[in-house]
Amino acid sequence: MPVLLATDVLVWLLVAAAAGYALYCRRHAHLAAPWARVFRSPPAIASAVVLAFYVGVGLLDSLHYRPQLPQKADGGQKAYSVEVLSVLDWSLAHLRGRNEKTYSAPLAIRSFAREQVELPGGKIAREFPRLQFGGAHLAKEEHWASDVGWRVFKGLGFAAAILLAAAIGMRILRVRWPEVPWHAAVWALGGVLVLLMPALVLSGGYHVLGTDKVGNDVFYQALKSIRTSLVIGTVTTLVLLPLGIALGIMAGYFRGWVDDLIQYVYTTLNSIPGVLLIAASVLMMQVVIDRHPEWFATAAHRADAKLLVLCAILGLTSWTGLARLLRGETLKLSELEYIQAAHALGVRGGRVISRHILPNVAHIVIIAMVMDFSGLVLAEAVLSYVGVGVDPSTSSFGTMINSARMEMSREPVVWWALATAFCFMFVLVLAANLFADAVRDGFDPRVRVGALAKAAA
Amino acid sequence: MSDISLAVEGLATRIDTTAGELRAVDGIDFELRRGECFALVGESGCGKSMTALSLLRLLPEAGRIASGRVLLEGHDLLALPEAAMRAVRGRRVAMIFQEPSTALNPVLTVGRQILEVIDRHLGIGGEEAKVRALALLDSVGIPDAARRFDEYPFQLSGGLKQRVMIAAALAADPEVLVADEPTTALDVTIQAQILELLARLQAERGMALLLITHDLAIVAQMAHRVAVMYAGQIVELATREQFFRAPQHPYSRKLFDAVPTPEKRSGELAVIPGQVPSLLGEFRGCRFAERCDEAFERCKWVAPSLVALPGGHLSRCLLREKGPAAPPGEVTVLAGKRSSTAGESDVLLDVADLKVHFPIRRGLFKRTVGHVKAVDGVSLQIREGRTLALVGESGCGKTTVGKAILRLLAPTGGTVRYGGADLAALSGEDLRLRRRAMQIVFQDPYASLNPRMRVGDILAEGMRALGVGGDEAGRAARIGVLLDQVGLPRDAVERYPHEFSGGQRQRIAIARALAVEPRLIICDEPTSALDVSVQAQILNLLRELQARLGLAYLFITHNLSVVEYLAHDVAVMYLGRIVEQGTVDEVLGSPRHPYTEALLSAVPQIEGQRRMVRLSGDLPSPANPPAGCHFHPRCPKALPECARDWPETARLSPTRTVNCLLYRASSAASIN
Amino acid sequence: MFAYIVRRVLYAVPILVGVNLLTFLLFFVVNTPEDMARMQLGAKRVTPEAIEKWKAERGYDKPLLWNAQAGGAGKATQTVFFQKSVRLFAFDFGASEDKRDIASEIGERMWPSLALAVPVFLVGLAVCVSFALLMAFFRATYLDLWGVVLCVAMMSISTLFYIIGGQYLLSKLLHLVPISGYQGGADALRFLFLPVFIGVVAGIGASSRWYRTLFLEEMGRDYVRTARAKGLAERAVLFGHVLQNALIPILTGVVAVIPLLFMGSLLTESFFGIPGLGSYTIDAIQAQDFAVVRAMVFIGSVFYIVGLILTDISYTLVDPRIRLQ
Repeated sequence: MPVLLATDVLVWLLVAAAAGYALYCRRHAHLAAPWARVFRSPPAIASAVVLAFYVGVGLLDSLHYRPQLPQKADGGQKAYSVEVLSVLDWSLAHLRGRNEKTYSAPLAIRSFAREQVELPGGKIAREFPRLQFGGAHLAKEEHWASDVGWRVFKGLGFAAAILLAAAIGMRILRVRWPEVPWHAAVWALGGVLVLLMPALVLSGGYHVLGTDKVGNDVFYQALKSIRTSLVIGTVTTLVLLPLGIALGIMAGYFRGWVDDLIQYVYTTLNSIPGVLLIAASVLMMQVVIDRHPEWFATAAHRADAKLLVLCAILGLTSWTGLARLLRGETLKLSELEYIQAAHALGVRGGRVISRHILPNVAHIVIIAMVMDFSGLVLAEAVLSYVGVGVDPSTSSFGTMINSARMEMSREPVVWWALATAFCFMFVLVLAANLFADAVRDGFDPRVRVGALAKAAA
Repeated sequence: MSDISLAVEGLATRIDTTAGELRAVDGIDFELRRGECFALVGESGCGKSMTALSLLRLLPEAGRIASGRVLLEGHDLLALPEAAMRAVRGRRVAMIFQEPSTALNPVLTVGRQILEVIDRHLGIGGEEAKVRALALLDSVGIPDAARRFDEYPFQLSGGLKQRVMIAAALAADPEVLVADEPTTALDVTIQAQILELLARLQAERGMALLLITHDLAIVAQMAHRVAVMYAGQIVELATREQFFRAPQHPYSRKLFDAVPTPEKRSGELAVIPGQVPSLLGEFRGCRFAERCDEAFERCKWVAPSLVALPGGHLSRCLLREKGPAAPPGEVTVLAGKRSSTAGESDVLLDVADLKVHFPIRRGLFKRTVGHVKAVDGVSLQIREGRTLALVGESGCGKTTVGKAILRLLAPTGGTVRYGGADLAALSGEDLRLRRRAMQIVFQDPYASLNPRMRVGDILAEGMRALGVGGDEAGRAARIGVLLDQVGLPRDAVERYPHEFSGGQRQRIAIARALAVEPRLIICDEPTSALDVSVQAQILNLLRELQARLGLAYLFITHNLSVVEYLAHDVAVMYLGRIVEQGTVDEVLGSPRHPYTEALLSAVPQIEGQRRMVRLSGDLPSPANPPAGCHFHPRCPKALPECARDWPETARLSPTRTVNCLLYRASSAASIN
Repeated sequence: MFAYIVRRVLYAVPILVGVNLLTFLLFFVVNTPEDMARMQLGAKRVTPEAIEKWKAERGYDKPLLWNAQAGGAGKATQTVFFQKSVRLFAFDFGASEDKRDIASEIGERMWPSLALAVPVFLVGLAVCVSFALLMAFFRATYLDLWGVVLCVAMMSISTLFYIIGGQYLLSKLLHLVPISGYQGGADALRFLFLPVFIGVVAGIGASSRWYRTLFLEEMGRDYVRTARAKGLAERAVLFGHVLQNALIPILTGVVAVIPLLFMGSLLTESFFGIPGLGSYTIDAIQAQDFAVVRAMVFIGSVFYIVGLILTDISYTLVDPRIRLQ
């Protein structure tokens, strides 16, 4: 049974909007031109490829369903599990199901902690037991190295094959768009595949990145965390944009008391320390959600509602930067001669805004959107650490860090969960930053949009 | 030593752009002699500024010098290491720039910006340096130098800033001064002061002055020798006398023809079709061939070299291989002038006592403590089918008058009568529907069109808003007609503004104004951002439209030569008020108000110099205008009682009025 | 100028009232005091009496916004909103859940916060401006390019990792400094070194890149060309002309942050166990102690507004264009 979570709806709406925008741009040369400039920059192309990988995982994880339970003999009504799964869960079923008891190192076949084991013969020894799933297919432990090697080789083989196909594809694309630095795309794709394909092949028999305290596969968790980050980074802007655009333009266009009022509202909001405002709001909304368990069909729905609320709160508290920027720009634009000419021609206010102002601040909105993304992803981690982020049952980089950081003091160190979260997040944020820089340079290098959600105080 | 101070040989400068390599300067040769003013003249984009920057090796980071030599007293500057070059800059070759308000460091005092040159090149510091700097400030005509020394650039007017720039440039006594459009950003009365200063300093110090300008009249006034640049090359080089007597390149001749003068009023101005070619590619033939009406087949294939004519006159034209051209014939002045007396047509717009005051708020509760009286009681009438030019220097309030008439600004007082209604009193929908009658064309062709709208939408917008042109099909047909009228191709409808040149954009802006069938168009400096050849196209178009459609224009400008060419009536504004009004012949022919006289005499002329009436000082602030006659502190003919009252309007003829105590209402008759 | 400052100070009043109203709506309208009492008391101890007692202890036993029973002005004043707000304006924050006086707690914890935040601020500013100057001086070379790449990479790392990584590297592997904890007096140095170091490093990426943009923007201006035309060396241009102009936005931007230093740093303090206001805030959030959170929100807004006013003042001090007009 397909399940539509609220964030799924918004995510797919965003995808549709992005596709619509792309089509619209293709038909309007002046809209397509800045994007063409963006995609002439090698870092932009490379980061776009990396981001595409993240987005792909995130989208797969945004198609949810409830699996059908085994049919009863009497052929009665179909029953569905209360567990909500995604297409990603389905395709990574082998990772999801195979939980160990507790920590295990990456690619390990034995547990990280000693356990008391009953030896044949009744004696009890403390040793590192074999894992239930990690390397369970190996008949002898000595085969580990050759098996891992073979799997890596196989993975690299897959990667090479795909890369070859991609390289040929690029040759065709190069004919159509010769100015795009396709080699950068191939390099980035190569980088992703060389890491990803062996990991996928290895994950068939091992916990590639180890397991966490309760035995969950870390690799799987990291993949699941991607969606959370993307949702926070994009859905938030859905809340932020309408507020920022409407209030910013209104303040700049109508001036007078409208401007005073809007400025008052955003100075007030700004004056509250960001984390505190977010934290207070999240705490309050959590109380509301906890008070009304009857609103949610499943635990997944509830966790999803918390995620959505977090996005909404982040959006409600961070529109001020965009609004201020647009206010200034609108003030500047209204003095411009084509707007004066429109007034002289008797064009009505609403039309002046929609035809003259909005299209001429659109680039700022786009820049703000991409620039904010990385800030929001980073903010999520901090908020989850503080305990006002996503639901603990939702995988996210923040929750991963939070649960892993205590283990740094163990001896030997349990480093893999933290390292995994670090790498996945770093690559995502770096790619987003590089892409955002290219977008800004392509659209208007003079625009300055700081990371609006500066949660890390 | 020879008398050649600086020699440029085969200089070529390239600029890397996203579109490719721009050949900004493409092999030019000239020499600067000691004590001479050498003018490099050309339209925008011809490479004259890049030439100047190349001499000092101050190119922007995307630019580089590809080849050539710049010999200063025989030593090649381009071969010097950067450190040695720095010792040349400011010491031996100094430069001043176009925009004095951005060329000075805003957070350093005037004194410091001069002292650092003295310190850097002469190694003098302390009191001695300060004495020198004060003397410099004094010598460039800055009054009260000791006080100005400690002030910041923003506290100085544009003219004073340019004087500071000059003082800093001359601080180390350079042999060569490069002046890149030094007066373009200044008002005409200030321009006259600065040009006079430069000429004086140059003569006193025996410097070589490389003057870069687009204004032929400035060349005529200042230069000893002239080089005309076109598309990165020098196309003509001659002494001033040779050049102004008989220009030898078709481009130069066309430039002369395109300058509006009163003699040309009866006919059309010469225009140079098309635009300056892109410097991105290589050229095969003559760079001017496409726009030249004397071009013949060989011009397309053979790149002409500079042909030496008798007297050392050089011209880059194949025609000159056969010998020099004769001086151009006299402009025939047609006897039948256009209607110069008013009263033939009806009054279209009657502005009476228009005031626009902007409050100055200060203090705890933002109380209004005063007003900037941008427009303070302006009355004027515009008649059907005639052009009234509103003339004045920047800051005099002329643009504010235009905007207040259109109700783009709310007037503080007065009436604007059009068709029986007072526009100044209307609001809301009443006002909106009356907007059809009057439209506006702005100065900046780049800011006046929405870059995100197609030309067709730009033209249709006003028609839709005001319900002109019937249905969509009717509007589309009308857009076609409009494009024809302003001389643009019909396929412009689907294109965006950035695909058009400055002149073409101004045509679009005119078409947009015409779209709602106005009776009056307010033209706010519509040609001051354009090159002279393009300006001619637009002026011709405006005249043609007036003749065909019977439009009236309120032509706001500071450019008196345009006024002479286009206008029927003139109103001269000073500090928010009109000081003199009348027909063009009356006002420009025999100015009565001392300010009009000074304004007219400050305009550099190509032929013959008027008697200069020099104005001291700058335009006062409209927030705090002088008491009595606003002009009296600068007026050479001021009487003691001028400081008391604003003079009554004196009517000198049925069409002319003056506000000056010299022409008191009672004595008006006797003077006339 | 004085009138201007007075006006800004007066403008602070409606802002603070707004902040107050907002937090009030968040804390008492979205959830009623009953809900809060239930949550604080925990599921087991919830009885009507316990709830009433909890509310009475904290002064939540009045109507929220409008007291119909009271007479006269009391209708408005005998309410939770009025009582709580008036006290905030008098900097009387009441007591926390563990019955300690919030105001004195804040007074005590302010000092460790400042001991951490001020060095981070000063050292960070010096490091970032120098780094940015270096990149601007060597603009369009590999040094600049890799400098920017380094900045972007450093910006892409979450603060959490800086802290965890720094703790691990310096304390655990190299045993250079204590991993966490705090003592007053001279000992504080030992405990502060690591958090200060991490605080500075974590800020380098974003700030340096931002300052570099400012420097480069100034270097493109006309007056820089004039300075070069005077024959000044690149160094003299950078330090004599560009720096003065670029420092205006840098300094005024920085001044706005100074009052907020009192608020402490949430993450660093809580990771390193420094008993400052940042960790106080975090603890309050995690313990859902709303009295403390409200107090901190209020103080934060006050500091923010002070920052705004200081920014305006600093503009007039460093920019002659504003000072002399």
